[in-house]
Amino acid sequence: MKKEEAVFKYCLRLGDDALILGHRLSELCSKAAFIEEDLALTNISLDMIGRAQAILKYAGEVEGKGNSEDDLAYRRPEIKYYNHLLMEQDNGDFARTIVRQLFISTFEYFLYSDLERSADPTISAIASKAIKEVKYHFEHASEWTVRLGDGTEESHNRMQKAVNDLWMYTGELFEMDEVENLLLKDGIVVDLIPIKSQWQMKLQNVLTEATLTMPEDGYMQTGGRKGVHTEKLGHILSEMQYLQRAYPDAKW
Amino acid sequence: MVDTTANTEKIYNWIANIPDPEIPVISIADLGMLRRVEYKEDKYVVTITPTYTACPAMKMIEDEIIEKLHDHHVDNVKVDLVYTPAWTTDWISETAKIKLRKYGISPPQHSSCSKVFGTEKQVACPRCNSKDTEVISKFGSTACKALYKCNSCKESFDYFKCH
Repeated sequence: MKKEEAVFKYCLRLGDDALILGHRLSELCSKAAFIEEDLALTNISLDMIGRAQAILKYAGEVEGKGNSEDDLAYRRPEIKYYNHLLMEQDNGDFARTIVRQLFISTFEYFLYSDLERSADPTISAIASKAIKEVKYHFEHASEWTVRLGDGTEESHNRMQKAVNDLWMYTGELFEMDEVENLLLKDGIVVDLIPIKSQWQMKLQNVLTEATLTMPEDGYMQTGGRKGVHTEKLGHILSEMQYLQRAYPDAKW
Repeated sequence: MVDTTANTEKIYNWIANIPDPEIPVISIADLGMLRRVEYKEDKYVVTITPTYTACPAMKMIEDEIIEKLHDHHVDNVKVDLVYTPAWTTDWISETAKIKLRKYGISPPQHSSCSKVFGTEKQVACPRCNSKDTEVISKFGSTACKALYKCNSCKESFDYFKCH
C-alpha cells in the first residue's frame, strides 16, 4: 500500500466516524428531553458534521479522483463506510445516548490531542480545531453520567445497562491494522495502545464518581474499519443518501 | 502595471467591516476571522478562518466578500478557508468585546482555555456586571455561545464561549 492510499483510507475512517455520529445525533433534533438538551445534542451533531466535512474534503483531495466531500458522503454504499460500530448504534433511551457520547468523547479527547502533533499538516490543523470542541462534548457527557448514575435507582439502572450493552463496541476503537501501522512510522497517525490505557483510566474516574461499574473486557465486536457493519448503518445511509440517490447532483 | 500591494490594503479595508451574520454588531475583522488579503497568480486571495468547524455562517461570509468586492469592480477573487492556526477567542479585539457586552453577550473571559477538563468560572453579567451568575445550558443558540443567568438582575444572557 502506498502512503497516499493509506492517508486516504485513514481520513475516510476519521471522517466517517464524525459523519455517522453526527447524523445519529441529528435524529434527536426537536426530540430531546428538554430544550437545553436539544440544543446541546444538536450543537454536538453540528460539530461532528463540520469535522466530517473538513476531513472528507481532504480525503477527496488525497484520493485525486475529483471526489468532493459530498460525493464521498452520499455516493458510497455501506461496505465502503469505515466508521466504528459504536458510532452507528441507535440513540435508544437518554442513558444509551449519553453513555455512547461518554465512550466516544473520552476516546476522541486523547486521539485528537495526539493527532494535533500529526506530521500531516491538514490532519494536524483539523485536530487542533476538533480538540476544542471535543472538550465540550466530554464535559457534557461526563456531567450527565454522574448526574444519572448517581441519581435515582431507575436512572442508575438504565445507565449501568447502557454501559454494559455498549461495552462490546469499545474494543474496536483501539485496533490498529496495516493502514495505521504504515502511517505510524511517518508520524501521521498515533499509537492507540497508550491511548487505550488513558481512556480506561479517565473513564474509570467518571464511572466511579457516577457509582457505575466498568465491565470486564469480554467478547468485542469488530468490523467497522473493514466495512462490515451492524444492521443499523444501512438504515442511516438510506435516509441520509436518499435525496442524492434519487436526484443525483441536486443542489439547494 | 497595477500596484497590487496598495490594492490588497484597499480590499482588506473594504471587506473588514462585513458584519458577522450571527452577531451583526461585530465585524469579521473584529472577530479575527479575516486573516489576510494577498495577490497570488492574478487573483486576490482572501484568507478566512472558521470560528467553529461547522460554523454555518462561513458560506454567507464568503458570498458577502465576493459580492462586496464585485461592487468595487474586483472580480478576480478567491476566498480561502484555513483551519490552521486554529481560531481562538484571543483574536477578538478589545473594542469588539465592548461591543459584544453592549449587545448583551458576555465576551469570553480569558484566553485560549488551555485547561482541558474544566469549566469556566466567573462570567460577568453584560447588563449589571455582577459576577453572581450561573450556567443554564453549556450549548446555546449558536455553536459559539452558552446560556447563563444572572442571580443579581435575574436576566438570562448569552456568553461567548472561550475557545
